[in-house]
Parts: sequence; C-alpha cells; structure tokens
Amino acid sequence: MSDILVSEQSAPGPGGSGRPSGRLLEVDDLRVEFRTRDGVAKVINGVTYHVDAGETLAVLGESGSGKSVTAQTIMGILDTPPGFVTGGQVRFHGKDMLRMSDEERRRIRGEGIAMIFQDALSALNPVFTVGFQIAEQFRVRRGMGRAEAKKRAIDMLDQVKIPNAKGRFNNYPHQFSGGMRQRAMIAMSLALDPEVLIADEPTTALDVTVQAQIMDLLAELQRERQMGMILITHDLGVVADVADRIAVMYAGRIVEEADVYELYAKPAHPYTLGLIDSIPRLDEKGQQLRTIKGLPPNLMNIPPGCPFNPRCPMAQPVCREKVPPLLQVGPARASACHFAEELVNRV
Amino acid sequence: MSENILEVNDLVKHYPVTQGVVFKKTVGQVKAVDGVSFGLRAGETLGVVGESGCGKSTLARVLMNLEKPTAGNVVYKGQDISKLSGGALRRLRRQIQLVMQDPYTSLNPRMTVGDLLGEPFEIHPEVAPKGSRRAKVRELLDLVGLNPEHINRYPHQFSGGQRQRIGIARALALRPEIIVCDEPVSALDVSIQAQVMNLLEQLQGEFGLSYVFIAHDLSVVRHLSDRVAVMYLGKIVEIGTEDEIYERPTHPYTQALLSAVPVPDPTQRHNKTIIRLTGDVPSPISPPSGCRFRTRCWKAQDVCAEQVPLLEIRRDSDHPSACHFAEKREIVATHEV
Repeated sequence: MSDILVSEQSAPGPGGSGRPSGRLLEVDDLRVEFRTRDGVAKVINGVTYHVDAGETLAVLGESGSGKSVTAQTIMGILDTPPGFVTGGQVRFHGKDMLRMSDEERRRIRGEGIAMIFQDALSALNPVFTVGFQIAEQFRVRRGMGRAEAKKRAIDMLDQVKIPNAKGRFNNYPHQFSGGMRQRAMIAMSLALDPEVLIADEPTTALDVTVQAQIMDLLAELQRERQMGMILITHDLGVVADVADRIAVMYAGRIVEEADVYELYAKPAHPYTLGLIDSIPRLDEKGQQLRTIKGLPPNLMNIPPGCPFNPRCPMAQPVCREKVPPLLQVGPARASACHFAEELVNRV
Repeated sequence: MSENILEVNDLVKHYPVTQGVVFKKTVGQVKAVDGVSFGLRAGETLGVVGESGCGKSTLARVLMNLEKPTAGNVVYKGQDISKLSGGALRRLRRQIQLVMQDPYTSLNPRMTVGDLLGEPFEIHPEVAPKGSRRAKVRELLDLVGLNPEHINRYPHQFSGGQRQRIGIARALALRPEIIVCDEPVSALDVSIQAQVMNLLEQLQGEFGLSYVFIAHDLSVVRHLSDRVAVMYLGKIVEIGTEDEIYERPTHPYTQALLSAVPVPDPTQRHNKTIIRLTGDVPSPISPPSGCRFRTRCWKAQDVCAEQVPLLEIRRDSDHPSACHFAEKREIVATHEV
C-alpha cells in the first residue's frame, strides 16, 4: 500500500515495517473492526496519513467515517473489545506503536502525543479540582513536589489565558464555563509538551464566538511549540481557517488528501465536491444547496467497489466492481476515485 | 406586506431560583426571556439566532404554549394564546406545531412510525376520519421523502436524518399554519443537513407555512430566513431582513457574531478580521444594568450602564437595533450566486 501514500518529500519509503522515514507520526494502512453481537463492522479500512512537526492536518468526515476511531487507535485508547486492530501500523518517530509494550506506549502518551476531546465536561474528572488534575502530571511524570507542580500548573492555566489562573487553580470543572473547560483541557494536554496534539472536534460543542477564541489559542500554541496537529472535525469552515493539509474520510477510508487551498478550489473526489456544495455559506446569497443523495453506508455491509458509489452522481459500472485506490493526482494530492483525473481537469 | 399571523408583545419568561428543601424560598429569577417583541408574517421564515443560554429555546416553548409567560403575550390572529383553554386551545394547537432538535429523543421508541404520525389524528379526529388515517400517514411519509412501506418500522430503524423527517411529518400532519423549528438541523451531518433544509423550503412553498426558525448556526439561518432576530441574554438586540442583518449589521454583538463564523474558503483566511469578544456571557440571574452586552462591548460608554437601549431604528441604521451607538459595518463580504 506504500504506493498510495502521498509524499511531497522524497523521504525513505514508508512501506517497510518500522523503518524510520523521518516522519513524526504516520498511520500506515490501518485497519480496525468492531466485533459486535450483530456482526463485524469494518470501521477503518486502510487509512494512511502522516503529520509533521509544525503542520496541521485536518481529518474531515461525517459521523461514522472512522476519523475518531483512527485517533483513538493512535492514542491506544480504543475500546477492546469491541474494537480490534486487524492490520497496519502507527509509527511515531518511525517506531510502530502497535507493537510496543504498554509501558512504552504510556511514555509516549502525554509527552509524545496528547489528545483533546470534544466534551471537556466528561473528559475532566468532576471530583478533583482542575488545578490538581494538571499538577498531577508534573508530579507523576516529572517527579516534582507539590509546590513546584502547582506552580507549573498555574503557569499552564496562564498560558491558555484563563483569567486569574491562581484563583482558579482550586476550582472544580463544573465551576468553569464551556470555553474555560476547553482551555483547561488544552492546558492539561500540553502540560508535558507533546510533539503531536490530536484535537477531536475541539470546538463542536462551543458557541461560535468561543469557538473562534479556542481555535486562535490552539493555532498560537502550535506555532510557539512547533507541534504537529491533527484536527478532527466535520466543519468545513473551521478547516478552511486553520488546516495546512486535509484528509477527507468516508466509510473508513481516506478518499481524498490535498493541500487546503487546492481541496477547496478543485476537489478531486465527488464526495468532497458534494460536501462543499451542500453547506450553506454565510457569505453567499441566493445559493442553491445541492445535496448528496442517500445515506452513508452501513459499516457492517459496505457496498462492493467504491463505498461512495450508491450516492455518487458520477458512478459508472466500474465503480461497483473495483475499489479505487488512493492515487496521486497531482503534486501532493491524492484521490480515491476512478474519475479523479476528469474531476481535477474539468474547467 | 402581509398581515402578522403571530404577534409577540413584550414577552417575559422568568424561572424562579429556589433555595432550601422544606422551606423553599425564591432567591432570584433566571431571566430567560426578558421583553421580546416581534411579528411573524404569513408565509415567511423568521430566523432567531443567538448563542446558548440566550433564551431562544424558552421562546419556542412559550410560542408553543408549553410554558405560560411571566408577562406579555403571544397573539395568534387576535387571540392571546396563553388565555385559551379547552376546545379553543386544542383548535389553536392544530395551527402551531413544533419540530425539535434531537430526532433521537423526540420520538417515542416504542411506537411505530404509523402510530407516531397517526397520533395527531387521534387528538384531532376532525382532520381525518378513522378509516382514512393509514392512508394519510402514508401520504405524509411520501411527502417528507420517506418510503410509505416503512409505516410499521420503529424509530431506531431509521437514521438521524430520516428521524428528523419523521419529526417534520408529525408537525405537518395537522396542516398547521406555523411551524416552530428549534434547531432542526444542528444534530445532523453536513450531507444530511442540506437534504432536510431543502425539504423545509419545499414544504413551505407547497403549504404556505410560516416558520419560526431557531438556530445557532448563522449560515443555516441566512440560507432559510426572510427576516432574522438576533438574541442576547433574553433580549432581541437587532431585527431586520436577511440583507439588513447580514450585510448591514449595526449592533456590536451581531457584528462580533458574524465575524466569528468560519467561512469555508481558505483564500479568505487572511483578509477577514474576527472581532474578538472577551469573557463569557453574564448570568441571566443578574444581567448587567443598562445594555446587557456592555460588559463585553468595545464601544461601551457610561450611558450603556445607565440606560437600556431600546430596539428601534436609529440615525445610522435602517432597521431596529438595541444599541446606543448603532452603526453600520460590513462584516461579511456577500456575493450573489
């Protein structure tokens, strides 16, 4: 599957098992299935992407596309059972995390890769103060004493611009507003200075003015620390504002990967095109919303051929027979559509 | 201009905050809706936007007569709806229906679609005689784009978008004049959201419905609404036509709200300025004196703390705006498509 990886630099081939490729974090042909009572749901069917230091990769997809499950697998927090990794690798600095011992993985979590979640209220422990939960990391992972850990935690709260950080140290999560809780969670995930931050729908539950504040904060912290960031979202607006590269997921596959400007200017996959045409825009008047007909496929019964073919306006007989591989369609962009060339070259 | 079919006058809804278990005493009031007035014209869509906690859902509940207003009234064709009871109230309910946000919790999981959509006819038998009900239900399913063969299925056998269609069909069953939509598309995925929005538009054209469309997504509201009311902390801060609100906003809150909406176009990244609001929305239990937005407003002066700005047309605005310093400012570079 290495041939389908889009690589803009001539880095050493990523195909080999565990060979270092100079990439910070790589997901390579990952496969995950959920074994449930009703059957096996193939949730991730060969996902390949990477993120480098200082860059933001947006993973765009609707519910059930597998974007969050990929992130959970990277973090090693996939619920097993029902979730099982059935193939592929997740390499951090070239080392396959899926073959590491629990202890090795634990060391990467927090310091190597950290994650923030959509719902800060359920991600924070309600019975401990916010300050304690941040300071705990310094004590456990850095061996600091109480006083020093507290100082560092207050410093973190300051960095995420929580007003009166010192006074807020002893507050419980429920005493924070939604936006502040999200800031506290960001402080917690950044406490150990991770190299990669995975943000899973970080602003979906927030109001638009607060969303703007949080996205700003994330962008600023990322610049300062030169972190790699994986932004998981369904919001095409947020993506347009912050992403460098975008990977679009559908039914557990990456269907398109491209630079943010190219993706919006000229989508190379009919699903991406459909998504862009179906969102109402604040700056357009009298716009006709085109829709993508039908529903996303049932993951227990993914249609043969291209998983998008039953909903695709361009579908041909070949789409029902052959799964289109994710192939390069231009410098630094790839699409998993049999007719990607036609889409890109259309005027 | 056509007549107002629904009029809301100085509507106030306060909820008491109590303390103590045995000897409850009221220690304050949550001022969820605090003096809201507007009119809804026949056949139009009035969008109501605002952030969480601004009182938009409470407004929906009062419009539906699910809550009695603390003060003020809602007048439907000359009748004050909160004063109606018995048969008169039942007849009114036929005319105003609600579509709820969450298609997962608003449908009874133990009823089939046929039962769910047939129930309105049990309560209002005059709409459809008993024998014709199944046929009516099939007709409704067809109308909202669902397969009439699925009449015996349960809600869990449908996807989120399909459930929302069931919710819409239920609201349509009695052929109402007004449908109050409370965040009808916010729980849906992008590709499904467009389908439901198109359905709402199509049904409006077909039946001449009036919508009160409550949402937090300003792009969705722009797409569907003829007029828009912007709410902040229980009050309408600005109201006007779609053009007036989106192209010539005059209230600082509207301007900040519009500037924060991400536009799905990366080339716009660097040529837009987001007006950053500091702090959080104050508590509706003790809202700030004078203008409620003054604690976060960059234009705030002494007068803003002293005088409540009225929702009226001012020197620099062509539509009602509740700001002492209302002034036009272009935030969204709109282009026609």
